[in-house]
Amino acid sequence: MSNGLSQIITITASNLRSVSERKAASIVAVAGIAGVVAILVGVLSMREGFRATLDQAGAKDVAIVLRSGSAAELSSGLTLDQTRIISGASSIVQKNGVPAASPELYVIVDVPMRSTGTEANVPLRGVGAQATRVRSKFKLIQGRMFTPGRFEVMVGRGAASQFAGLEVGKSVRWGTTDWDVVGMFEDGGSVSESEIWTDATVLQGAYRRGSSFQSVRVQLGSPSAIKSFKDELSVDPRLNVRVLSEYEYFSEQSKSLSTLINAVGYTVALLMGLGAIFGALNTMYSAVSARTREIATLRALGFGAWPVVSSVVTESMLLGLLGGVIGCLIAYLGFNGIRASTLNFASFSQITFAFAVTPALLAKGLLYALALSFIGGIMPGIRAARLPITSGLREL
Amino acid sequence: MSTLVRIHELTKNFQRGSELVQVLQRLDLEIPQGDFLALMGPSGSGKSTLLNLIGGLDRPTSGSIEVAGHDISKLNDTALGRWRADNVGFVFQMYNLLPALTAQGNVELPLLLTSLSASERRQRAAAALQLVGLSERAQHKPRELSGGQEQRVGIARAIVSDPTLLLCDEPTGDLDRKSGDEVLDLLQALNDQQGKTIIMVTHDPRAAERARRVLHLEKGQLVRESV
Repeated sequence: MSNGLSQIITITASNLRSVSERKAASIVAVAGIAGVVAILVGVLSMREGFRATLDQAGAKDVAIVLRSGSAAELSSGLTLDQTRIISGASSIVQKNGVPAASPELYVIVDVPMRSTGTEANVPLRGVGAQATRVRSKFKLIQGRMFTPGRFEVMVGRGAASQFAGLEVGKSVRWGTTDWDVVGMFEDGGSVSESEIWTDATVLQGAYRRGSSFQSVRVQLGSPSAIKSFKDELSVDPRLNVRVLSEYEYFSEQSKSLSTLINAVGYTVALLMGLGAIFGALNTMYSAVSARTREIATLRALGFGAWPVVSSVVTESMLLGLLGGVIGCLIAYLGFNGIRASTLNFASFSQITFAFAVTPALLAKGLLYALALSFIGGIMPGIRAARLPITSGLREL
Repeated sequence: MSTLVRIHELTKNFQRGSELVQVLQRLDLEIPQGDFLALMGPSGSGKSTLLNLIGGLDRPTSGSIEVAGHDISKLNDTALGRWRADNVGFVFQMYNLLPALTAQGNVELPLLLTSLSASERRQRAAAALQLVGLSERAQHKPRELSGGQEQRVGIARAIVSDPTLLLCDEPTGDLDRKSGDEVLDLLQALNDQQGKTIIMVTHDPRAAERARRVLHLEKGQLVRESV
């Protein structure tokens, strides 16, 4: 059996040339697998997009300081004195003689969603002049910055696209106050783009926060500087704070939602995958039974069982690959770049993100298609190879 | 002439539901090298089963089949497949050509099991097609050939690897008289001129006349031999 490979190639080529005679069944198998792959890649692209948004928000050389024991900004609280002590730490980069440290506070306001009109939670962040210094990708793209001391806001690009009434020039009412929308900004696709910003002092007054803040964001010289920054704050008896890099903070926040999307995505894909396996099985069983006499003839001539099994599996996997490619295309054309928003459980506020169909996801989709079609081909292949030759030769 | 096939106390039973069907019963037979043997008998007499057993397509319930000194009933499936590829050429009633391959491709099939290079395989297949008079049809698919031509391609496939034994199951059963005669002429020439040992199952007395010997089977036993 020195020509095992050419045996497999010859039998497979012969099988494939007769696929046109089994068009309907083959199309069902290809479509089934394409559907499963499109759903799998689509659902996981939601997770990828969500994670990418939170990842982009998280610089490794930017630290967030919260009150000790707080998991998120919402549950944190820092006094004005504490934010001043923090801002004086020596590890913080100085920009124009001023430390790049931004004390911020954060409330949640109700804004109607564009798609459904229902109210959703959106973060309204109070910031000072330092806020843009700790966000290197920040860029004003429309209008102007808010004027300190006035009831003015600027909105992130994501928030503006998902929520109604946030166009520059419009006015919105939260609580007893009317706010003018004066500008729109972007921040490299980060989570900040899902927020609305205003002057911290104005926000403190409007929401009766006194002079308190919830977090301080600081720019460090390098990612490794976070350790010395942490050490410096932890020895100060006036402070009781938790320090983590922005990157750590956001990956912590995205964990629960990523896990949920993963679980849902894989469960749906698994259940649909079972259906697709039956489609592939049916196709390959009918392919094998249509060719029983041919297979028996080849085996009578001395072809081994292995080339017969391999050729059936190869045919099934080629159909699976075709289905996989179609499914990936559907997912890419249908989902990639679509913007959506969802509730971030950690901050109880909406976060907007774009579905991201990444090359790794496409590879995952193709692998899944190949795995499904392998299972769909192996059993009919073994059956073909085990059927007694003499009964196969009698088939018409 | 030396004995090529030696069959001793060959028995073959099939289980059909709860019923045990005895197809061949303690059959003894010797076939010399260079023989052209026709097996005749009514349907169910066991002639095709005997042919399948001699060709290693099936296994006996008991007894032995020696071909050129090897007891093939003792070979495992893989070894039996290799033995068939090296020693036996099959000619089927329905030709059993692969519809997706050309005549040339069909004839080359058995050579894929040898160590011959692609160009050697092409040459050997072309020579076999020339022998059966179908050189000009080499690139045609089976559906573009007549029944007689298809069967001649089947014979070219059976002889391309130069086997010792040619086993033909009703080779003219699906052909008109003229095509059948051409096929029988070809088999006779392979026996006379190339010394191929041929065993042919047939219902057709005219086909059987071409053989050197005719064996009649009934209910799994040899009942008569005519020359």
